[in-house]
Amino acid sequence: MVTTFLFGLIALIMVLAALVAVTNRNLVRATMGLVLVLFGNAVLFVLLEAYFLAMAQIIIYIGAIAILIVFAIMLTRHVGEDWGPAFHRAWPWALVIAGGLGGALLFWMVRWPGGENTPAGQVDPNYVQALGQALVNPQGYVVPFEVASVLLLAALIGAIYVAWGGRRVKGPYPQRAEGGER
Amino acid sequence: MGAFLRDPSVLVEWLRALLMGWGLSAGLTELVLYLLGGFALATGPMLWVIFLIWFERKAVARFQDRLGPNRVGKFGLLQPFADVLKLMTKEDIIPEGADKPLYWAAPILSVAGVLLLWPAIPLGLGIGGNLNVGVLYLIAAGTLGIFAILLAGWSSNNKYALLAAFRTVAQLVSYEVPMVLVLLLPVLLARSLNLQDIVQAQDVWFVVYVPLAALIFLIVSIAEVGRTPFDLLEAESEIIAGFHIEYSGMKFAMFFAGEFLHAFTIGILTAVFFLGGWRGPGADIYPVLGILYLWLKGFLVYFVVVWIRATHPRIRIDHMLNFSWKFLTPLALALVTVGAVLDKVVVDWGVWPRALAHLASNVVVALVTLQLVRAWARRLPRPKVGEPRPVARPQPQTQPQPASGD
Repeated sequence: MVTTFLFGLIALIMVLAALVAVTNRNLVRATMGLVLVLFGNAVLFVLLEAYFLAMAQIIIYIGAIAILIVFAIMLTRHVGEDWGPAFHRAWPWALVIAGGLGGALLFWMVRWPGGENTPAGQVDPNYVQALGQALVNPQGYVVPFEVASVLLLAALIGAIYVAWGGRRVKGPYPQRAEGGER
Repeated sequence: MGAFLRDPSVLVEWLRALLMGWGLSAGLTELVLYLLGGFALATGPMLWVIFLIWFERKAVARFQDRLGPNRVGKFGLLQPFADVLKLMTKEDIIPEGADKPLYWAAPILSVAGVLLLWPAIPLGLGIGGNLNVGVLYLIAAGTLGIFAILLAGWSSNNKYALLAAFRTVAQLVSYEVPMVLVLLLPVLLARSLNLQDIVQAQDVWFVVYVPLAALIFLIVSIAEVGRTPFDLLEAESEIIAGFHIEYSGMKFAMFFAGEFLHAFTIGILTAVFFLGGWRGPGADIYPVLGILYLWLKGFLVYFVVVWIRATHPRIRIDHMLNFSWKFLTPLALALVTVGAVLDKVVVDWGVWPRALAHLASNVVVALVTLQLVRAWARRLPRPKVGEPRPVARPQPQTQPQPASGD
């Protein structure tokens, strides 16, 4: 009963925060709404006893992605101002498409037989160890793991190259142009 | 009483029986007990901060050869109360154009980010946090603190606060990387992310296994809190309080108390990861003794943090970022790699041989690092700032004396 009550509370907060995220004209406040939605997501993971996923959600989404979004927003010029109407001109069409898709999804998901009859799976108390072993097991997920690492490495190299900006004097200590103290 | 000393969950059972005796249902009793526990965990550390503020001021004063507060109460013990009263009675100024919800939320989130670290900490055998993703939880709670600072800087409607907030976030995010890497070593040695398991695996303290990792963790934690020598973020002579420049009164008191509590919390965390946590003579029979040992060890590390604060000058921002990315991160990576490979070999050797093998590997890594740093320093182009001045030499009496070099 407590979990149902908590779920209802978290869901309500998430829906309200999502509304703030999509309708607020102040971009920073909209980002805070997004952060609240992501945090609610993590709490839902905790309610489902997927603690590792919850922590990963907070670390990756809130700790890295949301901060990146906030930086990007804060570095644009027109953040705090009222920059035009909040809704797109064609919003009735968007409402029809979103409502139609959402309604169809809900309709079919409520009819899915697997939802009620499957008992909740037993969570292995050592699931973190099991996750770690699955990630490096040759019969497990080691190949996707390594491919993801290569992808991240490529992104890192690209970011460094873009930020580096071309030619620099080589040497162990960054040199400056003439004049000025180090 | 004896039963409580042996097993503190007796208190929880007594409370549960009391509440159910008053007619509450089982689920509601659980909820009330959880709320009580949360309240205790949130209030206790904040009360301890009062003592910490006094201790820090006295200790820093003694390091600087002065007395510290000694007027308010015997030995100045009531000084923190005077501080809090002053901050409570200050006028509550909100800058024009500040984003009010975010402005109010930032100090709350900042203190919340610190208090959220406490549920993961194991206070004794069977007491305290027993999260099976404890280490990840600590990192996640740290990111909430980072967010609070960004909000504070943004919502103050102050360009300089915003710049300081950007710099703060850059520092905190940079120092998170070596922290996560270095925390992998206790996790590796204990084979678990659970802090209670890490404490229970320390028959020999992990500081003997990996002293270099303990040192790096201490440095990185000091940087994460934002204390001297990494306190450019709130340096009065340089950027006048940084991201909390527009905060006064109780809101500033929240930032202030949060920083002190964070410093003590990292002392406790260093004790948990490297100094054996609550372990000590008699702690497995009387878990309350475990709390005492943990507190003492945490306080010792806190004293070292205050010591460092009183001794060192501030680090410049570009030096600080270079230090994290170019020195600490590769060093932490090297430590983790060496530790992981070595542990695979020595895991069956027994407690002390394994400890000494890891200690030897740490010493080797430290020596290699020192040599590399020396070689790099030798190759640094040193600007010529001047010629050696001529020393005064006795001249014959007929010539005027040259000015003596001074």
